[in-house]
Amino acid sequence: MLAGRSGRPRVAACLIGAAVLLTACGSGGGGQAAGGGASGEQKITLTLNLFGNMGFKELYAKYEAAHPNIKIVERTSAYNDHHRNLAAHLATGRGAGDVEGVDTGFIARFRQTPQHFTDLNKQGAAALKDRWLPWKWEASLARTGEQIGYGTDVGGLALCYRRDLLEKAGLPTGRDEVSKLWPDWAAYFETGKKYTADKPEGTAFFDGAAQIFNAMIGQAPVGFYDTADNVVVGGNPEVRKAYDQVVAAVAAGESAKLVGSTPEWNTGFAKSQFATIACPAWMLAKIQDQAKEFAGKWDIAAIPGGGGNWGGSYLTVPAQGKHVKEAVELIAWLTAPEQQIEVFKTHGILPSTVATYDKPEVTSLTHPFFNDAPIGKIFTTAARNLRPQYQGPRAGDIQTALRDGINRVEQGKQTPEESWQQILRDVDRIKQ
Amino acid sequence: MTSLTRPRRAFAHRLDVKVSPYLYIAPFFLLFGAVGLFPLVYTAYVSMTDWNLLDTGRDWVGLANYAELMADPYFWNALFNTVSLWLLSTVPQLLAALFIAHMLNRSLKAKTFFRMGVLLPNVTSIVAVTIIFAQLFGRDFGMVNWLLGVFGAEPIDWAAGTLSSHLAISLIVIWRWTGYNALIYLAAMQAIPGHLYEAATIDGAGQVTQFWRITIPLLRPTIIFTAVVSTIGGLQIMAEPLLFQAGTGNPTGGSDRQFQTVALYLYEQGFARYEFGYASAIAWTLAVVIVIMALVNFTITRRIKSA
Repeated sequence: MLAGRSGRPRVAACLIGAAVLLTACGSGGGGQAAGGGASGEQKITLTLNLFGNMGFKELYAKYEAAHPNIKIVERTSAYNDHHRNLAAHLATGRGAGDVEGVDTGFIARFRQTPQHFTDLNKQGAAALKDRWLPWKWEASLARTGEQIGYGTDVGGLALCYRRDLLEKAGLPTGRDEVSKLWPDWAAYFETGKKYTADKPEGTAFFDGAAQIFNAMIGQAPVGFYDTADNVVVGGNPEVRKAYDQVVAAVAAGESAKLVGSTPEWNTGFAKSQFATIACPAWMLAKIQDQAKEFAGKWDIAAIPGGGGNWGGSYLTVPAQGKHVKEAVELIAWLTAPEQQIEVFKTHGILPSTVATYDKPEVTSLTHPFFNDAPIGKIFTTAARNLRPQYQGPRAGDIQTALRDGINRVEQGKQTPEESWQQILRDVDRIKQ
Repeated sequence: MTSLTRPRRAFAHRLDVKVSPYLYIAPFFLLFGAVGLFPLVYTAYVSMTDWNLLDTGRDWVGLANYAELMADPYFWNALFNTVSLWLLSTVPQLLAALFIAHMLNRSLKAKTFFRMGVLLPNVTSIVAVTIIFAQLFGRDFGMVNWLLGVFGAEPIDWAAGTLSSHLAISLIVIWRWTGYNALIYLAAMQAIPGHLYEAATIDGAGQVTQFWRITIPLLRPTIIFTAVVSTIGGLQIMAEPLLFQAGTGNPTGGSDRQFQTVALYLYEQGFARYEFGYASAIAWTLAVVIVIMALVNFTITRRIKSA
């Protein structure tokens, strides 16, 4: 009896507890269904996982106004974190956004596993194909024919410079005269020597050798890979030539020895540590953010050697998403020429959609921060002159190995030859 | 009635006594099984496969990952860095903690304020702390180099050198954990009966003698505990070296891997290269290294009393 009495309330309590939980869940579910019914249509939330500033924020409201059942949420994280998370979410089959941004450095890796993504070719991509520069379209195309992403921007190259610093070093400051100083990279590094001889105290000619190296490699017809996905770093004379040129410039004291995108590099803008910087279109937004007090002192000249690409992105739709159809519609809209023109006008991010390059509102665009430089003309010309370069699966990792190697020379840890040998060993490991 | 219920009650009682304790500790073991044991065993399994996160298949390769690891110069480099960082941070940290605890154990004004104060570095965000320290040790505009300049010394590129980067990173660890260990020592010191010190004072023993002859021997179990815990923590250092090269985005621990720890190498292989099989092999090897080092430490610190 006693046992029964002490036991029964406990059982009862458990039952009540369970019942409360059940009813709570039940009413929650019911409420949601009722809410959905009241608004007539189910409200769909589309999540965009992006990195950096891709320039879409202003466009969402417009899309939501045209599609009242869609709500757009953008989540932004840092470049490497973003791609790392994306890989993990694809591997585990859950957690990815409805739309995921992918950078050039990673697109070749992701197109190797097209099963993780919605094949846009089956979602009407063929009709849109002519929007993009042909190489941009092919870069996100799997070997088996699936299209995993729509191109957003390209990193058409220019060279940004500080007018006041060049002037103090006794060099010309006008856009055209400056462009004439460096028809090719050899002339650029020669100009660097002149700058270094009369430079203002505490400055250097360029920000860091690894960034200049990236721009140089971006112009080569073949970079780190041949078109059969073989790594050709050791056998490609262009790579070695660019390497030799930048390390020679480091020895001549032309480098501020800063690694791109680090806090020190950001400080370098504010402290005027360098006079020139390789400038893909997306760099304009970074310079404006970091060097606010130097508005009007920056200007944009042509890149030595002409043309070239550095960076650029894609929008993909992971196959695991619940709203694949709506997500595909959204990325088709975001990458349409009309929207891409807006992105270029507000953020200076250069579209990969060819049709935008002829629009007068694009070609006539100037930028007050950069001394009213005609960025529309400069970057559309750069994009047209761009010789496409094939990107292999591990291009991003190889680029990091070269960056670290160049950095070792800048830090004085190794001779250029020692560092080159270590780069080759590192690249061999990445290849496997 | 009573004759019937008694055996039932006795049974229920026996059941209660025998089974209940296990039920009470069950949540811990269930949780441990789910978040401790299962990952441990699963990692062991993954470490014997060749599995790239982005590819679908995974092939059984046996101990090949371990064989590769033993021949991998970057692993040995990372192990050297880990041990170096651990020695540079743990030894001064525990000595400083002992000293601070000894000071706090005296009659101070605003005791609680100081005791809580030493714990403050520990509750601050590791990310914020590391970013601030990385700036203090900056090459061009860092405060440490500015101070060196005041004394006429040349600026140092802290992140570039092996020793210099280890010193800078160790300082972050020391700054964060000294107060924590000091509080543990302080608690143990307060458990030492006061009459021991009184008797020693009467016998003419000075402060220093009292510290070495009474305080240290009686702190022995606590010192063993902190040494073992610091070993486990110190050998797993990852966030500090990762954030020390903030912005570069790659967990290589410097241009020449001069401050890449084993945990950071694991992270690089697993989450930058997506080589999960190899990363799992590193994880297990690191676990074995930690157990060995903790045992070594345990044996060394146990000798305190006999010394």
